Amino acid sequence: MSSSDQQPQDPQPVQPVQVFYCQVCTFPVEYCEFGSSLTRCKEWLAEAHPTVYEKFYSDEALQSKIGTLSLEAQAKLEKDTAKKEAKAEAKADAALKKKMASQVLIKRIERNKRKHVTAIHGLEAFDIDLKKAAKFLAQKFATGASVTKNAQGQDEVVVQGDVADEVLEIIEKAGSGNVLKGVPVANCEIVEEKKKKGAEGA
Amino acid sequence: MFKKFQPSSDISGQTPPKSSVQRSIRAAVLSQWKIEPETLEAIWPKKEGLIHVKCREHISIYTVHNEPLFFQHFDGPLYPTLRLLHKYPYILPKVGVDRGAIRFLLAGAHMMCPGFTSKGGYLPPADAALPVGALVAVHAEGKEHAVAIGITKLSTEEIKKVNKGVGVEIATHLGDDLWAIQSL
Repeated sequence: MSSSDQQPQDPQPVQPVQVFYCQVCTFPVEYCEFGSSLTRCKEWLAEAHPTVYEKFYSDEALQSKIGTLSLEAQAKLEKDTAKKEAKAEAKADAALKKKMASQVLIKRIERNKRKHVTAIHGLEAFDIDLKKAAKFLAQKFATGASVTKNAQGQDEVVVQGDVADEVLEIIEKAGSGNVLKGVPVANCEIVEEKKKKGAEGA
Repeated sequence: MFKKFQPSSDISGQTPPKSSVQRSIRAAVLSQWKIEPETLEAIWPKKEGLIHVKCREHISIYTVHNEPLFFQHFDGPLYPTLRLLHKYPYILPKVGVDRGAIRFLLAGAHMMCPGFTSKGGYLPPADAALPVGALVAVHAEGKEHAVAIGITKLSTEEIKKVNKGVGVEIATHLGDDLWAIQSL
């Protein structure tokens, strides 16, 4: 830890240090061991940058690291890391499950006798930018579409006009590049509001 | 400071400050960090407008090209973001902590004095002692890059003497919610 106090006097701007970040946990690679995804970080590094991997995880590197820490402390640290990793994994799993279980509601809301708006609720669970989705739908149907808060205070996309079926179709066919991609159709449901017809399955 | 920080709910607005304000910020940065005007110019060109991102609890983040560069609490000192510090590690004085402290640091703890005074730690020598309230880059034993940025709560000489309690208050550390924000 030498301090680099000498300031370059030339008027040229100092070049930034290129820091090598881990693509998995975003930390500088030397800190992967303190992250919650060490195993995956290691795998990635070994595959993508074998030389760097050698530097950090070869036997002698590990040996020299232990040098400054008592054995028990090291063991404890390793145990903690493993625990943390398991926890993070469980969390990611739960998040994925929740995502898969979350519903997208396409509501057809009657405004006047013959006029409807379509509210699409629950898109944000699938990492969709609501604003972009609204813009996309507005362009598609040549109507107004906006992101508004509903009665529960959650954001939803509201499209003018009765476009529920079309929206479902778009979601079904959405490929890469489409803002609405990644929503499983099985999780979508069209619901009618005000008229007491009941929900029809999608 | 950034233990729980959600860009969607904790940011109240983004505005470009007046050019006179930008000038004073630039002057403040130059006086608070050990940075040459040319380097700052490379990080934040004069032509590029600074954006002031207002957040909850009087935290202001300043961004250029949507990339957070530094932040501030009230009118306090301007902290560089950790990513910026990684690129220009010499702009803040260094202190070092031992290996055992790293995982507590990454969990968001403030740095206690013994972490600096033990064998793996590092404090500047007496002739380069830091006063109370100095910005420091917290480095870790055996690591190349800084792990956190904080402000001294005791002068470095006092840390050596007292050797108890909080020595450096951590403002941002690796893996906190500010770290997670790569662009605003």
